[in-house]
Amino acid sequence: MDRWSGEEDYMQSAGFLSRDRIVADVGWSRWLVPPAALSIHLAIGSVYAWSVFKLPLHETLKASGLLSALPFTLGIVILGISAAVFGTAVERRGPRWAMFVAATCFSGGLCVAAFAAEIGQMWLIIVGYGLIGGIGLGIGYISPVSMLMKWFPDRPGMATGFAIMGFGGGALIASPWSSQLMKWFGTDRQGLAATFLAMGVVYAVFMTVGVLLVRLPPPEWEPPVVRTAATRPPHAAGPDRTANEAIKTPQFWLLWVVLCFNVTAGIGILERAAPIYRDYFPHAPSKAALTAAAAGFVAMLSLANSLGRIIWSSASDAVGRKNMYRLYLGVGAVGYLVLIVAQNASKPLFLVVCILLLSFYGAGFATVPAYLRDLFGYQEVGAIHGRLLTAWSTAGVLGPMIVNAIADNRIAAGVVGPDRYRWSFAIMVVLLLIALACNELIRTPQPPSSVAAERDTRKSASVSAVEEG
Amino acid sequence: MSKSSSLSNMVLGVVSWLWVGVPFTYGVYELVEKIPALFAN
Repeated sequence: MDRWSGEEDYMQSAGFLSRDRIVADVGWSRWLVPPAALSIHLAIGSVYAWSVFKLPLHETLKASGLLSALPFTLGIVILGISAAVFGTAVERRGPRWAMFVAATCFSGGLCVAAFAAEIGQMWLIIVGYGLIGGIGLGIGYISPVSMLMKWFPDRPGMATGFAIMGFGGGALIASPWSSQLMKWFGTDRQGLAATFLAMGVVYAVFMTVGVLLVRLPPPEWEPPVVRTAATRPPHAAGPDRTANEAIKTPQFWLLWVVLCFNVTAGIGILERAAPIYRDYFPHAPSKAALTAAAAGFVAMLSLANSLGRIIWSSASDAVGRKNMYRLYLGVGAVGYLVLIVAQNASKPLFLVVCILLLSFYGAGFATVPAYLRDLFGYQEVGAIHGRLLTAWSTAGVLGPMIVNAIADNRIAAGVVGPDRYRWSFAIMVVLLLIALACNELIRTPQPPSSVAAERDTRKSASVSAVEEG
Repeated sequence: MSKSSSLSNMVLGVVSWLWVGVPFTYGVYELVEKIPALFAN
């Protein structure tokens, strides 16, 4: 291939991924966009099913509990970092480029992990899945967010709720599927390698459909909304801000605390769901029945986490973002108080409260992009979202640390039953109340200058979206 | 928009929603199967 044809190929390839190439034709249905986003999020969400590999890695590669958890932990940390670092590039280069990079890194990471399992090198699994795959997680997570909200300016909460529900749903698929793959291929080195490789290849194909399907709305595109004069107008986007401007506002950091503490509170239950159930309701006809019931409890929480993302986030389009966070944080604090006071007096009450708490945990993730749009406009909402996800990484360390440290201490002190969690749940109440106060302090920021008002990309900022009620 | 373009849009819509809907339904089914054990005792 000569020099010129090589450059031409490169330009064509870059063009295929560029923003210009994915502007939708007139008549393109916006309902084709959520499946594009879901094909990315359902794949990368499989990271939450990592625990199914822990035992095989321990038995086959002699990896300790800590070491076998490292690919997941590193993956989540790198998710937050890469979303923050690459957020601006994702905004500039567009969603197809971002989805392509995410698919390459995530599937590539799985293929590296497959090679590492074949040669028996645990450190390379950590690099492949945690580091390379983690970059794919971060870029993939934020890739469709801004685009979805531009296609659904009338329902941004519902649109991002779809995608982020997909991230929760990814684990629901990957957990039984990867277990099935290990049953077929075995859990020795070759079996693990074949499992990782099959996952890498299947996810590459699955995500490629999203890369091909993704479209940006044409300029001046308006949603086909039929609205009567009496209906409330949709919540308007805030004045456009760049990511660098946004992180200098108190609103960004108040929302950072809100997300961080809401996630911490959810992880408080999610992290030890099965032991919590066994400690609250230890009486069962047999040990196997108790184990099955605890597994059922974990399953129910996963479903609540996933459904909460779409249901509550969609409701935020009607009720307003600030009011929804009042619900997540205020009712969440009351929920933890109920768990402390009622203990195991009523199993139905315990289940209802836990379902609500986990649905609020998922909803906190799903509603936050629309909240950012309300505050900082469309211009760099994906990049701002990426920077906000560092709150998730922080909570991912804080939540398990609080619950596990206190529970381990109580167990060592000989405490049994629900009392093991009294103090950690009390801390969650305090964190949620602090987050509630932060939410109350959030106001739509004023445009930094008249220039900023002129560069608003889609909607007038004349209506404050973050209203009081 | 022409009739054939509208039809191809609809087919693409159905296929793309099935593409993500079928695996998601499989995941939810596997999950829901475990829940009855929670109420068995």
